[in-house]
Amino acid sequence: MLRPWPLTIAALAGLIALSLSLGAASFGDDAGWLLMVSRIPRTAAALLAGAGLALAGVVVQQVVQNRLVEPSLTGAPEASMLGLLAVTLLAPGMAVSGKMLIAAAAALVGMAGYLALAARLPREDPMLLPIVGMVYGGILGAIGVWMAWSADLMQYLGAWRLGEFSGVMMGRYEWLWGIAALAALLYFIADRITILGLGEAQARSLGLDYAQTRALGLVVVSVITALVLVTVGSFPFVGLVAPNLVARWRGDNLRANLPLIAVGGGVLLLAADVIGRLLRYPFEIPAATVVAVFGAGVFLWLLHAAPGRRHG
Amino acid sequence: MAERRLLWLGLALLALCGAFLAWQLRAPVGFILGLRAAKLGALVCVGAATGAATILFQTVAGNRLLTPGLVGFDALFVLLQTLLVATLGGVGVAMIPASLRFGVELVALAAASALLFGLLLRRDARDVTRMILTGIILGVLLRGLASMVQRMMDPSDYAVVQQAMFASFGRVDPQQLAVAAVVLLAALAAALRMAPALDVAGLGRETARGLGLNHDRVVMVSLLLMAAMVSVSTALVGPITFLGLLTASLARQVTGTHRHAVLIPASAIIGALILVAGQFVFERLLGSQSALAVIVELFGGLLFLVLVLKRRRR
Repeated sequence: MLRPWPLTIAALAGLIALSLSLGAASFGDDAGWLLMVSRIPRTAAALLAGAGLALAGVVVQQVVQNRLVEPSLTGAPEASMLGLLAVTLLAPGMAVSGKMLIAAAAALVGMAGYLALAARLPREDPMLLPIVGMVYGGILGAIGVWMAWSADLMQYLGAWRLGEFSGVMMGRYEWLWGIAALAALLYFIADRITILGLGEAQARSLGLDYAQTRALGLVVVSVITALVLVTVGSFPFVGLVAPNLVARWRGDNLRANLPLIAVGGGVLLLAADVIGRLLRYPFEIPAATVVAVFGAGVFLWLLHAAPGRRHG
Repeated sequence: MAERRLLWLGLALLALCGAFLAWQLRAPVGFILGLRAAKLGALVCVGAATGAATILFQTVAGNRLLTPGLVGFDALFVLLQTLLVATLGGVGVAMIPASLRFGVELVALAAASALLFGLLLRRDARDVTRMILTGIILGVLLRGLASMVQRMMDPSDYAVVQQAMFASFGRVDPQQLAVAAVVLLAALAAALRMAPALDVAGLGRETARGLGLNHDRVVMVSLLLMAAMVSVSTALVGPITFLGLLTASLARQVTGTHRHAVLIPASAIIGALILVAGQFVFERLLGSQSALAVIVELFGGLLFLVLVLKRRRR
């Protein structure tokens, strides 16, 4: 049996080294400057965004008690884009922090809509939730495309919808460090999030303030979604793949798994970015495209492999 | 009864086409009419192809929520095209005679879809929700693969793919349209000829086999016909995921029958009606281009949610 931690750390170290040494510019006298301004920020951004999305995936999965759901299957990114479009149209000069706030609030509203839909679905059919989430996101996305089209903002929308890291530089990604703070918060309340996954009745009987904890979890998810979306764009399936692979490997102890899930998400996204940079060097393929292909493959495998323990 | 409704639908489509051509027609009449006719032809072809293909697919899958667009049939076509150009190169593809190329693509698409979707339809027949989810994710996977290969191509090769794939309603090549129309008519005629067999196939594999139908053969022929129809609509205009769901549901509602001899033409006509009416409203009355596909997606998506939620109450 392979031990998860050494393997993950080795992969992480290898990817970081690759990512730091890879790029159109070659190292010369200004190697240190190049690293500081471009390579390190890009590597850090991919790791942070991946970790954040993976953690957000865990929280969403516990809240809806379904392994096959993740933030991008709840309409959160699309709702966030709608909020951002509205800001761009109504108050184009707003500071980035204001935009983040509105994007997060919109993501929260979008997720609330999804939860309302999900509550009306039968519990015994767990695969309906991702289907409904995908279509719900598609509807919000169509509204966004329509808005963007009529306001000539398609280029903005394109940048948000297909996440990539080629534009990351010093001074343009620092918001993502907020994810590290949120990760610490999640680690602190990991046990409560686990109890959320038992369902409302069970959680209440264990003495948990269900509504409050759920609200807290969803706020964390929407803030992460907004941070990632505004700085680097959206990435599908990261929040689905990392937690599921870790759970299959190590079982379900959430507090013990959270660090591994976070690192795993970071490794996944950094690997996607490195592959995207290598496939057609020196041109780049967006990390979101690479992740979509890999993530869809893993999703299909999860659907058809011998069933692991499944909630719901 | 159902036949009479079909007749009304046909008449409505004819009237709408007339209005589309004649609305505020000014000089130079001949030039404008030519442009409008090409656009109208493309709209009708795409709508009819999508509508008919969806009915076929839903019958074969035994599932009213799946559509060829949802499982990525069109993405498979794009992927095959892209791979063809990527392996032979833009120049190599251009050297092949158009008709031969189209035929080869059609057979390749049918074979690939039979392999992929045949497996999907057979293995997951019992668990309908899993089949839908697998289909949707398969669509995501195929789309991602296609765009990844496209990103890796030479820009000049990519231009060849783009030209073959993403013509819009705005600029339709009359010659391409003519080929598409002929292929579509042939596929529709073949689908209508096997309508009785499809009626039986709609009862499910076991029942159909019990009644003496060669179910696997019907599935294969249906996939081939679908491949032809989907390639027609994808070649003329990009994918409209939920159009098929709208047309097939409406066709079942309007005709109230299970007979494919009526359902297939009804769905084809309704598909054409939706696109022509939508384009008419958006382009002529509201003066905004290109919003049509988005609006169709919006309402199709909403319909999908309603159907999923309704399924629960039954």
